[in-house]
Amino acid sequence: MKFADEFRDRDLAERYAAAMAKLVTRPWNIMEVCGGQTHAIVRYGIDELLPPAINLLHGPGCPVCVTPTAYIDKAIDLAGISNVIFCSYGDMIHVPGTNHDLDMARAAGGDVRIVYSPLDAVRIAQENPTKEIIFFAVGFETTAPANAMAVLQAAAAGLTNLSLLVSQVLVPPAIEALLSAPDNQIHGFLGAGHVCTIMGVEEYEPVAAKYGVPIVVTGFEPVDILQGVYMCLRQLEQGEARVENQYARVVQAAGNLEAQRIMNKVFEVVPRDWRGIGEIGQSGLGLRPDYAAFDAEVRFGAVQNGAEKETPCISGDILRGQKKPTDCPLFGKSCNPEAPRGVTMVSSEGACAAYYRYRRTSSGASK
Amino acid sequence: MTKDTEFSLTRPTPTSAGGHIRLAHGGGGRLMHNLVQDIFAPHFGGRAIIEGHDSATVDIGTSRCAFTTDSYVVKPLFFPGGDIGTLAVNGTVNDLSMVGALPICLSVGFILEEGFPLETLDCIAACMASAAALAGVSLVTGDTKVVERGKGDGLFINTSGIGLVPENLEIGPKRVEPGDLILVSGDIARHGIAVMIAREALGFESNIESDTAPLVGPVQRLIKAGIDIHCMRDLTRGGLASAAVEIAESSGVGILLDEASIPVHANVGAACELLGFDPIHVANEGRFIAFVAQQDAHAALDLLHQEPFCDEAAIIGRVTDEGSGRVAMTSLVGGSRMVDMLSGEQLPRIC
Repeated sequence: MKFADEFRDRDLAERYAAAMAKLVTRPWNIMEVCGGQTHAIVRYGIDELLPPAINLLHGPGCPVCVTPTAYIDKAIDLAGISNVIFCSYGDMIHVPGTNHDLDMARAAGGDVRIVYSPLDAVRIAQENPTKEIIFFAVGFETTAPANAMAVLQAAAAGLTNLSLLVSQVLVPPAIEALLSAPDNQIHGFLGAGHVCTIMGVEEYEPVAAKYGVPIVVTGFEPVDILQGVYMCLRQLEQGEARVENQYARVVQAAGNLEAQRIMNKVFEVVPRDWRGIGEIGQSGLGLRPDYAAFDAEVRFGAVQNGAEKETPCISGDILRGQKKPTDCPLFGKSCNPEAPRGVTMVSSEGACAAYYRYRRTSSGASK
Repeated sequence: MTKDTEFSLTRPTPTSAGGHIRLAHGGGGRLMHNLVQDIFAPHFGGRAIIEGHDSATVDIGTSRCAFTTDSYVVKPLFFPGGDIGTLAVNGTVNDLSMVGALPICLSVGFILEEGFPLETLDCIAACMASAAALAGVSLVTGDTKVVERGKGDGLFINTSGIGLVPENLEIGPKRVEPGDLILVSGDIARHGIAVMIAREALGFESNIESDTAPLVGPVQRLIKAGIDIHCMRDLTRGGLASAAVEIAESSGVGILLDEASIPVHANVGAACELLGFDPIHVANEGRFIAFVAQQDAHAALDLLHQEPFCDEAAIIGRVTDEGSGRVAMTSLVGGSRMVDMLSGEQLPRIC
């Protein structure tokens, strides 16, 4: 397949691995922020190709994983209202709330529909004028522009039966929260290529400078990731801390200006809770007051943020890169994708789900 | 099943999923496997169910017969490259073929919803007749039930089939042994993607056609040539991954696949990328894997290449004595991963 096979080339992968083996002089912890990268690393066995001194930490960049329980519970409540069609990306369907998930709400008779785009929800709203359509707007900067576009299109069409349950989060505040933690052990980052496609790379420069860490904006194919790790390692070994762009075939320095404009028109930066991590100030997006009519929390009542249920699950430590899935006593035993005990096991981008799917044999947990 | 007990980490009881049937229970993945092992096998106890095989073999008089059944609920009823009727014939023919049987005759049960157009039914019946003729089987008995409007989904079809197993032919998971090479009969994942694109409003078009085909021809060619086939499995829901894992678990061997050797058409691979699917989990309806004694594998490959639907057949892996019950895969870049059945639903109600 063109534009993919080139970046899955075994010879090229081995050349990067060999170059890193030659370059590395001491142990380094490098975190890939994005769950899509975590998935690719485990799926292709990329970490097995790296010199042992390079330890890849899996970051918090899985939107499904960090959506707070209170929002899942609210979604389930909304899906149970008789006149509501609740639309969601497929990944959210199995995320456990306090007691249930959206799949169970569907099995209990709720009209829960998996959509591939928020614009599908706009279409469903047009086709069902007597129903209330609610779209579960989760994700990082990558999903925000399309979600904003859905609001703009609904406004332009004069729709009054569409609203969004918004739990949008932002990457740079999360990176800062990890780096400012007293027990931080992260030496460098692979930046999330698709987030930067929207936002550009410039907002990472102050972070790299302030905390003295290299940030390499990286793509998602195996050779992308190997090259990203190589570029990060090269900076670390030379004592540098810059923002570099490995994914230049997609990411432009300023990002997608039109997408940013739409995003900023509809959303404003707000504090957000991150499941497993807690509240991070100014780390998310909420609808601007001008678009309050499209806010499901305004129309159907606000989400009641409560304390997360006590659980032996260590997904919070995993999302912060402090532990690996195989460190968890539940992993592969009482916790698996069919009966997840924590969020990192639910989403296909969650680190635990990736390890469970691709790694049980080498994890030791299953032996 | 002792393997499965050791493998208890993957075995939540059905009640752990909330105590109700979910769409994923019909998806051919882990939940469905658990449903069979936890509910049906203990009650029914049939050998084919316990051994996890496509068809049961039963002795009737002096003949060894293969017997199987399958139901079809695919939406839409017509899709690029096929239709529900063709699937219903090929699916049962293929299940019979996988134990080495020569399919003889099929029964057909229709569950029709009030209001279903007769013209459409006529068209589907004609497709079934063509498919039966191509596979060399007769449709010999049938049943029709009609449910009230809104109580069905247009049309469901069940087919059952009987085939004759040649004497002294033993094909099944028990015969799989380290050293066997694994062949796939062609490119994978086309059926699932064709149906998905036809069914969902994905906003993209393609020329991808289902791979639905009868497998009796290629299988009989291998058998007649004396190829030492240890086991076969047609790839349906759950795809290549489910088939490989089922055989690894029921035969207690390890399987090592080579991702680079698995044929996937570029357009199918691209659709999988867009949708976030792994081709090894996507449904097929005219593909099978064969576990063949090492010395016969290349001859088997040459024979398959002479068959109309099998020109892209390939050797995609081997059986090992490591990691019994497990399937591993060497990735495109040379790393390794394990392969498991799909967890949860990927393509609900694909066939």
